[in-house]
Amino acid sequence: MRWLLLKDLQILRRSPLLVVLLIVYPIVISLLIGFALSGGPSKPKIAVLNEIPTNQRTFDLGGRAVNADEYTARLFGSIDPTFVHTRADALKLVRDGRVLAAVILPADITEKLASGTQQATIEIAYNGEDAVKQRYVESVIRSRIADVNAALSKRFEQITVRYINLLLDGGSLNVFGRDLQVLGLTNAKKILDGAIASLPGGSPLRPALGQVDRFAAIAIQNLGASGAVLQSVSEPVRAQATNVAGSRRTPLDSYAVAVAVTVSLMFLTVLLASGLLALEREEHAFTRLVRGLVSRLGLLLEKIGLAALCSFTVTFGMVLALGAFFVELDWGRLPLWIVALAAGGIAFAAMGVAIGGVARELRAASLLAFLLALPVAFLALVPSGAVSSGLYDVVNGISAIFPFKPTLQALDAALNAGQRSIVGPLLHLLAVAVGYTVIARIALRRFG
Amino acid sequence: MSPVATSDRAALAVTGITKRYGERTALRDVSFEIASGELVAVIGPNGAGKTTLLSILAGIASADAGSVSCPPRDVGWVPQQPAVYSKLSVRENLRLFARLERVADVDAAVARMLAQADLADRAGDEVGRLSGGNKQRVNIAVGLLAEPRVVLLDEPSSSLDPRQRERLWGFIGELASRGTTVVYSTHNVQEAERYADRVLVLADGELLFTGSPRELESTADRYSTGGDFEAAFVRFLHERGH
Repeated sequence: MRWLLLKDLQILRRSPLLVVLLIVYPIVISLLIGFALSGGPSKPKIAVLNEIPTNQRTFDLGGRAVNADEYTARLFGSIDPTFVHTRADALKLVRDGRVLAAVILPADITEKLASGTQQATIEIAYNGEDAVKQRYVESVIRSRIADVNAALSKRFEQITVRYINLLLDGGSLNVFGRDLQVLGLTNAKKILDGAIASLPGGSPLRPALGQVDRFAAIAIQNLGASGAVLQSVSEPVRAQATNVAGSRRTPLDSYAVAVAVTVSLMFLTVLLASGLLALEREEHAFTRLVRGLVSRLGLLLEKIGLAALCSFTVTFGMVLALGAFFVELDWGRLPLWIVALAAGGIAFAAMGVAIGGVARELRAASLLAFLLALPVAFLALVPSGAVSSGLYDVVNGISAIFPFKPTLQALDAALNAGQRSIVGPLLHLLAVAVGYTVIARIALRRFG
Repeated sequence: MSPVATSDRAALAVTGITKRYGERTALRDVSFEIASGELVAVIGPNGAGKTTLLSILAGIASADAGSVSCPPRDVGWVPQQPAVYSKLSVRENLRLFARLERVADVDAAVARMLAQADLADRAGDEVGRLSGGNKQRVNIAVGLLAEPRVVLLDEPSSSLDPRQRERLWGFIGELASRGTTVVYSTHNVQEAERYADRVLVLADGELLFTGSPRELESTADRYSTGGDFEAAFVRFLHERGH
């Protein structure tokens, strides 16, 4: 078997273009997927017209100066703004497709915010030619406006609480530049209690003043709780993250590495294994080999071993490079990376020889490998909740018969410390590898 | 090339070979013996069972009934298409198959076959760059690496031009003269007449005739074919309902 292995390595060495394509293509594809997963969507380009005069950008809210620029900066945090000077310019950019939308901040926005009684309005103009982009931009802008609203609500809440405290405890209030002293309910009640105590026992004023005193007590009591009430009104729902799938949260970058490496491993191994087996038939050597020189199973194991070895070398190098230069990985788990990559490589190689055995011809084998590999990867990456539970069960069932998902799980478990054990995915991969080897062996009956 | 076939000197004895593919019978109770150093052509129309017979003798396919005296390991097999690796050189191919055949002295066997196939000057060339004739010589050389007593060739000259064919038959003739039993299938009846010591005529899986080309011609003369071997062969098949 080792002579066949050396022969295949020699053939690969003499096919540099094929080898380069086999290595570069899956790496590029996987890195693109990895970047897409870890990078998230890019900022949409949006025209911004700020009509608020420079001298009005700071306004008074409840006696405190508020800078509008602080809030507009939040609004622009998730976009790539292109600042314009006129409304016509903004709309033209949108119409020409140079920006996805225009956000117009009207001149009276600070005035309305300062009034506390009028609702401020931001104008947004979309280019409706691309529904997907429009939806995405709408979502981004609405999300940012919600953030600004939340921040302003907090501000309003603080001001309101301050007024309530003033009403309760008394203090100084500035009205039109003049400081007025407010007595406050608590002080008023004390004065009232003193007045009632000083009245004779049968005074007709006692019942009336008693009613006012009870009202003051109830008002103090309820206004005291108003802070909490206001907080719950300004933020009725608060998010608290809890991970129910394990005690860890997988860092997105590490998960992206697992996905990228699994995609590379899949393409490289499946294409190599299927091609190497189909090549034996293409060169008419298969019948010569299996008439006593090597057993059919031996031939399959040789192809599986070689494809797994080559892909392991490439993907292990990839993980080392990613860990060294791009992503923080736990180097103490290196033995687990090796086990996961080797097991995944063997399972993908078994799938490859099954494809090569069924397709028989080199071109057909390569095409079939491509056609199968992409949907297999996409199916395995469908998250729970993205589709109905019935469809998700079907997707899971299909994914289970291919090596992609267990390889991804094994590699994820190897790269990221957590409760999920690597043993389950490894056993799954073993079963898949045996299954595909059996399919390949059956396919070899009509291979010659 | 004297056509002699006796049980005492049989290098290959085939007894009652039958092969079925579902309902179709590809070979029906085929029996014959071939002597050492004999050069035997298996001829017959398309679908006669020639390749099936050679595949069974080579151990690639198994028979449903019957037996073959020579085990596959002792038989050299030369398939119709060159079964060698086009990315490897002539020498590398020979060395690889010599190792797989577990030949005792690999380098000696390779040198011997390079000389015998007259390929020493092309030893370092990739097989993919050789002409069809030279590829076929490498193909045959690989089949002879283990010095088998019997060599089977499936339509060895089908893809060659007349000059390459001539060289090929010279090479095969030398093999037989050194005592190697050669069995080949061919569509070219003239090649069987010209180079074979004996012909086996197969049609629809039945062995219809075994004897020298001259004997076949004598049999055909009865049908007044005017000495045209191919016409006599066709008439012979026709008379037997094929």
